[in-house]
Amino acid sequence: MIAPSASLLYGLCGAVLIGLGLYGFVAHRRLIRRVLAFNVIGSGIFLLFGASAYRDPAAGADPVPQAMIITGIVVALAATALALALIVAHARLAQSGALPEDETHEDGSEDAP
Amino acid sequence: MTDSALSPAIALALILTAPLFGALAAMVTGRRGAGIALATMTATGIGIVTLLVIIAGDGDFTLAIGGWEPPLGIQLRADGLAAGFITTTALVMGAILAVAGKPFGAGATERRGAYTFWPLALLLWGALNAIFLSGDLFNLYVGLELLTLVAVALVGIEGKRETLAAALRYMMFALMGSLLYLLGAALLYAAHGTLDIALLAARVGNAPGDIVAAAAITAGLAAKTALFPFHSWLPPAHSGAPAPASAMLSGLVPKASFYILLRFWFEAAPDIAGTGVLTLLGGLGALAMIYGSLLALHQNRLKLIIAYSTVAQLGYLFFVFPLAGGTSAAQPWAAGAWSGAVFHALSHAMAKASMFLCAGLIIEAIGHDRLPGMKGIVRAMPMTVFAFALAAITLMGLPPSGGFTAKYLMMTASFAAGQPFWALMLIVAGLLAAAYLYRPLALAFALPDADAPVPGAVSRARQAAPLVLALAAILLGILSAGPFAFIRIGRPGAAVEGLE
Repeated sequence: MIAPSASLLYGLCGAVLIGLGLYGFVAHRRLIRRVLAFNVIGSGIFLLFGASAYRDPAAGADPVPQAMIITGIVVALAATALALALIVAHARLAQSGALPEDETHEDGSEDAP
Repeated sequence: MTDSALSPAIALALILTAPLFGALAAMVTGRRGAGIALATMTATGIGIVTLLVIIAGDGDFTLAIGGWEPPLGIQLRADGLAAGFITTTALVMGAILAVAGKPFGAGATERRGAYTFWPLALLLWGALNAIFLSGDLFNLYVGLELLTLVAVALVGIEGKRETLAAALRYMMFALMGSLLYLLGAALLYAAHGTLDIALLAARVGNAPGDIVAAAAITAGLAAKTALFPFHSWLPPAHSGAPAPASAMLSGLVPKASFYILLRFWFEAAPDIAGTGVLTLLGGLGALAMIYGSLLALHQNRLKLIIAYSTVAQLGYLFFVFPLAGGTSAAQPWAAGAWSGAVFHALSHAMAKASMFLCAGLIIEAIGHDRLPGMKGIVRAMPMTVFAFALAAITLMGLPPSGGFTAKYLMMTASFAAGQPFWALMLIVAGLLAAAYLYRPLALAFALPDADAPVPGAVSRARQAAPLVLALAAILLGILSAGPFAFIRIGRPGAAVEGLE
């Protein structure tokens, strides 16, 4: 019974990460924090996906999710890089790390969501 | 292997790889990317013609890459629906690249857009083709991500403050959408051990995990299709980009996520759909239609009118779900509703791209796109205004356009299904579209003010490109029988005839 509970633990950790990330994505207005939250959610999904590969102890881990996770990590990396580049370019012109509609809350210290 | 066994593989390889190689080559050649685009267009065109001939002759086919069969391998599938979208995309891309030659070509002034436009445009095309040919949900994910990143980059291509903000806003929605889609795919794989659409169709049931997965995938794709209430990123992003980019973003990009939704709900998980969910999707579409149309009425810039019109027009693509999904799927009207939605997606792609290209040419001539400046523009550029009017006919759904065929099919289906609400919404949509498109058209045909500045000249060859697209959207209605039969090739349950 050790193996299933281990994969269950990983799966639950993934779910917690997804929840934390979702909260961060919705609650924060600063774009860099939202990109970080995106990466936290992504890690949670990858962990969940990886844990799901170990369904059948007799057959061992299914390698297909691992291949998909690697692809997903590459995609998330590319998306993060583009988002950060856009944020930097936008911050240079707008002197702000948030979107125009969120700027009323942009005063150095982030207020409570 | 005989020739007949080989040519499908070659056709698919050309369609998939020519734009990607073209994008790489365009990256190296910079502003001379127009030549690369022409070469890409030729290679992809050959592939598409071959594909059309094969599908029309022998029906749909699948291709397991490298001989690895699913669930381990990746399978490409080409049926009438895929070929219809690929052909429309090629037409639209052709017109866009023809118009983009001047602002981004060799004679253009030195700026960043001229260097990055060609690789991005070709990459976007490659991503679209990959999505249309993919047969499994993970491949679709990768294609969708490539498409999104390119689309975001195209929005921000000018590097101005407002366009960068629009690109970032788009990106935030798109990132969330991708994560939700990925989560859904992961849950489906965990439950069924495959992401191949054909294999999933037999395995997905009504288990709680499947329902959560379907909800996540649908919400993610809805955010990317800008379905109400996830639409707020679309108008600034689509109107802020340069016109050729707007044409791609508005005409083609949202169709890809809608295409995945079609594949998912009608092919991968046809049994999961309850009436409530489907009505919700259709209802959100109706809200999008009303909200987008009303806001389009209030805009004073041509590109914003066209962008809000996209919100509205994408809305009634979603009427297909209550009309053809769930318990309706087995009914005789389902095929008609489904074909209507596909017709609408294709004719909107051509008409909307044509409109944005027209707007771009008008901006070139008068220097801005504020409505009063358009007064009397018909004298200076009759071809462009004619193309704009033809595209408007398709968007309003007047006969004999492709938009009319689409609405006719969907309305017939909604009466047959005993859900006349959707037909009423389609009529309202047409009236509202007529109202918001009347304003720019009326101004274009008005007498110009005596002291109005003289519009700059735009070459006739470039004015012809949007006209060809708008004509193609009309022809889709006049010659609808051929495409109507074609897009159904390979559709599951195609034996059920729609109401004619």
